[in-house]
Amino acid sequence: MSEHSTYTPGNPFSKWLDDRLPIIRFSKEHLLDYPTPKNLNYWWTFGAILVVMLVIQIVTGIILAMHYTPNIAMAFDSVELLRRDVNSGRVLQAAHAVGASMFFVAVYIHIFRGLFFGSYKSPREVLWILGVLLFVLMITTAFMGYVLPWGQMSFWAATVITNIIGAVPFVGESVLQLLRGGFAVGNPTLNRFFSLHYLLPFIIAAVVVLHIWALHVPGNNNPTGVDVKSTRDTVPFHPYITMKDLYAVVLFMIPFAWFVFFAPDILGHPDNYIMANSQVTPAHIVPEWYFLPFYAILRAVDFNILFIDSKLGGVIFFAGAIVVLFFVPWLDRSPVRSGLFRPLFKWFYALFVINFIGLAYLGAAPADGRVLGIDVPTFSKICTAYYFIYFLVILPILPRFETTRPLPASISENVLGKAHA
Amino acid sequence: MADQPTQVQHDGPTPSRRDFIYVASGAVGAVGVALVAWPLIDQLNPDASVKALASIEFDLSGIEEGQTLTIMWRGLPVFVRHRTADNITVAQNTPLTDLKDPEPDSARVKEGHEQWLIMIANCTHLGCIPVGDAGDFGGWFCPCHGSHYDTAGRVRKGPAPKNLVLPPYDFVSDTLVQIG
Repeated sequence: MSEHSTYTPGNPFSKWLDDRLPIIRFSKEHLLDYPTPKNLNYWWTFGAILVVMLVIQIVTGIILAMHYTPNIAMAFDSVELLRRDVNSGRVLQAAHAVGASMFFVAVYIHIFRGLFFGSYKSPREVLWILGVLLFVLMITTAFMGYVLPWGQMSFWAATVITNIIGAVPFVGESVLQLLRGGFAVGNPTLNRFFSLHYLLPFIIAAVVVLHIWALHVPGNNNPTGVDVKSTRDTVPFHPYITMKDLYAVVLFMIPFAWFVFFAPDILGHPDNYIMANSQVTPAHIVPEWYFLPFYAILRAVDFNILFIDSKLGGVIFFAGAIVVLFFVPWLDRSPVRSGLFRPLFKWFYALFVINFIGLAYLGAAPADGRVLGIDVPTFSKICTAYYFIYFLVILPILPRFETTRPLPASISENVLGKAHA
Repeated sequence: MADQPTQVQHDGPTPSRRDFIYVASGAVGAVGVALVAWPLIDQLNPDASVKALASIEFDLSGIEEGQTLTIMWRGLPVFVRHRTADNITVAQNTPLTDLKDPEPDSARVKEGHEQWLIMIANCTHLGCIPVGDAGDFGGWFCPCHGSHYDTAGRVRKGPAPKNLVLPPYDFVSDTLVQIG
């Protein structure tokens, strides 16, 4: 966007400061005057919601750390003590645990918005890559945080997920021991996870800064996917977007508050209220809901592929499901950004969303169960296949067969045209 | 500058003395960084107290036929199974072609102690503890991802790639076993 500034220091002090550290000028340019497409819909408010969630997680997390003991003998009790005895502890712990879930709700909507409106396409590739990186950091942080209460699910999640590293040929076993600090998950593992769980949110915050920087260079995408052509297409960030985002944040806080106050444990598992026991695995272990689709992919590979055994195969697909996201800007060859103008893409995209939800459902189903009359492993294979086909086949090839609808000449024309119709 | 002939010499395509010093000091610096980084990484490895638990002795006399006990070795659960005669026959008569990770029953136990099956209890898929006397093959069933093991702890079905791992162990006497 335009780099020229409209800022004129109002008094001698701000003039003096502006010559030395132009922080007021910077804030005015990027937090107030930043030109934003005037047709953004509510799907675009999740960026701001995510920032709010990160702040909530950091604040509640720092407080929780004041009451938590990272030792396998005391961790479980310290969390229970926090919930029962510490003033407002019940609410603070619930806000942090539910907050993680709400954080993922927001990030999934944010990612799927980007996938539909082509927000990853040139010139926003770096913005997208940083976003995927943030998603990976979030997954890591959430996983380590889940281990800290040291319940049965915590312990077995730690065992199963660290075992994934053990699948890597040759070095896997040594890296696994390095990661756990022992031959099995134990006290050293809990200690380092606590340390890293405290560190990672600040790394996330730093990458968020880069993400927003990479956003402010090309500017926001918008529902039409058409570039901003003139100042008539934009509104200043403040007050138009700040107020809209704030309104969306307030709406988002309603289900969040409902969970915290009325059902703080509904998103978790009862097994996590049993202290970790390294000799017994709970009968039905499932990850937190936000990892289910990827867990289903991990589990779907129960056959050997040539010289790759089923375990390594599962890990390759599991990691591949996330790694493929980094390449989406180059996999999708359609020059049209927005799915609104792509009649065929819409259907494949809708199927992708349903498929992703289906994977989540399968991830939660018992390994020997049946869903819709099909056994879980087979159904998971079908859904896993579509997940990859969408990225590796449909996105690259679809543009050859698709006649896109005519794009509006500008955002203004699109907005005004709609009003007249 | 141009009137200094010694410098012109150094701009040629052959590496100069100065290039060598740059590369050499850079290389020494890199080695130094690696030396400093190593302890920062190595501290993550299992510490001495963890390694110290590497060997245990266990008395088998209390385990009834058909019973499985789970004991701890190096922080890992270990199954000690007193197999029934039936278990042993079934395991011995399984054709190797039926196996995902072919291993005869004799390779799973110590000769003369066929009734004792001692294995690390973590499923070779992702490390859950399989449930005993369950699954399609009369051995173990892992509830996490649905792997089935037979009465010799060999994987028969599901995502697990290998048979349950055998720890290094020896019989000190008929009823005393040393693991590790």
